[in-house]
Amino acid sequence: MNNQTALLSVRDLQVHFLMDEGVVKAVDGVTFDVHAGQIFGIVGESGCGKSVTMKAVLRIVEPPGKIVGGEILWRHRSKQDGSAGDPVVDLVKFDANSKAMRDIRGAEIALIPQEPMASFSPVHTIGDQIIEAILLHQDVSKRAARQIALQMFKDVGIPIPEQRLDEYSWQLSGGLRQRAIIAMALSCNPRLLIADEPTTAVDVTTQAQVLRLLRRLQAQRNAAIIFITHDLGVIAQMADYVMVMYLGLVMEQGTVNDIFHAPKHPYTQALLRSIPTITMTPRISLPTISGSIPHPFNKPRGCPFHPRCEKAITGKCDARTPALQLIGEKQLVSCFLYHDAEVAA
Amino acid sequence: MTNANDSHLLEVRNLKKYFPIRKGFFRKTVGNVRAVDDVSFFINEGETLGLVGESGCGKTTASRCILRALAPTSGEMIFWTKEGQAVDLAKLNRRGLRPLRPQMQMIFQDPYGSLNPRMTLFDIVGEPMYVNGMTNRKERVERVAELLRLVGLRPEYMQRYPHAFSGGQRQRIGIARALSVNPRLVVADEPVSALDVSVQAQILNLMLDLQKRLNLTYLFVAHNLSVVKHICDRVAVMYVGKLVEMAPTNELYRAPQHPYTAALMAAVPVADPRVKTGNVELKGEVPSPANPPPGCYFHPRCEYAVDVCRTQPPEFREITPGHFVSCHRADELKLPGVAL
Repeated sequence: MNNQTALLSVRDLQVHFLMDEGVVKAVDGVTFDVHAGQIFGIVGESGCGKSVTMKAVLRIVEPPGKIVGGEILWRHRSKQDGSAGDPVVDLVKFDANSKAMRDIRGAEIALIPQEPMASFSPVHTIGDQIIEAILLHQDVSKRAARQIALQMFKDVGIPIPEQRLDEYSWQLSGGLRQRAIIAMALSCNPRLLIADEPTTAVDVTTQAQVLRLLRRLQAQRNAAIIFITHDLGVIAQMADYVMVMYLGLVMEQGTVNDIFHAPKHPYTQALLRSIPTITMTPRISLPTISGSIPHPFNKPRGCPFHPRCEKAITGKCDARTPALQLIGEKQLVSCFLYHDAEVAA
Repeated sequence: MTNANDSHLLEVRNLKKYFPIRKGFFRKTVGNVRAVDDVSFFINEGETLGLVGESGCGKTTASRCILRALAPTSGEMIFWTKEGQAVDLAKLNRRGLRPLRPQMQMIFQDPYGSLNPRMTLFDIVGEPMYVNGMTNRKERVERVAELLRLVGLRPEYMQRYPHAFSGGQRQRIGIARALSVNPRLVVADEPVSALDVSVQAQILNLMLDLQKRLNLTYLFVAHNLSVVKHICDRVAVMYVGKLVEMAPTNELYRAPQHPYTAALMAAVPVADPRVKTGNVELKGEVPSPANPPPGCYFHPRCEYAVDVCRTQPPEFREITPGHFVSCHRADELKLPGVAL
């Protein structure tokens, strides 16, 4: 909660999509801090705003989406590289296409996208694409850039890296492509890596390889990772700190142990109960969350989860939105069961 | 063709499905993608058999061959009909398959792509009945209403179009359609992988409930090992077009006999931060089914591989009753499973 130490500090972020049919409040007041060296997991189902939040941080929200409120405070890398004196900048105030923003995007905050196939151009070699990114952000010669790219390929464990650099993305398998994407994201030595469902499109054994690789690289470079996924197993294995989102709001935040072993919010509790695990008694009826995720146009009033919540308090949860409040040491929850404060609308 | 075991509903013997690779002006066949390569298994009536494996291993192709959406290259698929007759699905032509089609139905992966957006629920769920001879509209309306109730939807929705429904509800519509002709075998190809986590449990519960009520037999094709563990009685594991192991679910998970199965189990991230998984890493890549390695297809990635594995393809054999494995060293290896 301390702005001095946070690498990224998002304050009451609001991203709305202004459509002909109405306004979709994809992100509706999200607050969180990411610290250096932390693996910050974001879990949520489709439509919860987890990807839009990250696009906002990178300032790549596409129209009709728009950041309509809040702050994204980023600890900018100063030239002297003294981390204490780094200036804090508000990314919301930057123009999305400005030089200042482009210097941060890719160099200080890098993205590992979900689709390894769609992320590379099929008509340029992978090496050229990585070298282009390096030349854009670092003051090096083309030959040196190729050396950096080659070293990155070695670091992420791509066999015969010299040859792979000159191949096209469609010549690589899914696992290698995912490694190449990671190499590209890390090529400029970012302080924050945003991994948006990096293993959803790959098989379970490849997923294990990629997760291991990310953990190793994170430890070596002490970069922070924001890890977005809907797979609770992956979150449990990867994250230090977890944020649970639902329909554009933060339901709960806490350390990975708190979230998995002492969840407070009814949504987190229900979500954890409803997934079949490999160690569970088979063929029993799973506890379910009734209903389905509402359409973003018909977002319920009050707490967005109340129509599906077993513990909803009539007259309270359906009328007002609970604020995110600290309970316990590091756990924050937005639920009237634990406190009475509401978000100022 | 005798029914060795009275409870078998389907027995697949040496099923092969090759897709030719053609090249040149005359489209000469230069090779084959061996999508399904000599696979044998059986499904008992009323049980759920899970078919698991990574993408490209041939699990979907195998299930499509059983439904005869694809014509197998060779092999036998003996199906015991309602009337107690054994027929080989691989040998029948279109006309011969027709009376059997209602007995085998499919639930699809993508609830968005598998429902025609221009048909109402009544049309979608009622079409299979109409095709199979229920031409009286009033009867169909009653039956569709009954089916919608069965899968947990309101019969009043009958005149609506699929776009009005969420992913989970659409999957229920797909299930109602599959059940409309009273099938005995339902092939479900990744039925929950496109759904949100909170909705997956609802569909799994529905499938278990329907199985109990209607005595359905499921072939459950999936890659999520936790889901498979939850819903299946027995599990068959595929790798590059071949079955590597088949056993009752608990036995397979607790004591896998094939190194690939063990590696798959170890790769599943457990949703508990206190249990650290993913420490054993399976090296390398899945080989191409067009050009598989000699011997056991898994040997280049297998840490237990010895000389015989590199030259001799292992046989798919029964090592303990009900537990089949194709590994030369199955008798000597002690592999870690999941602590249950």
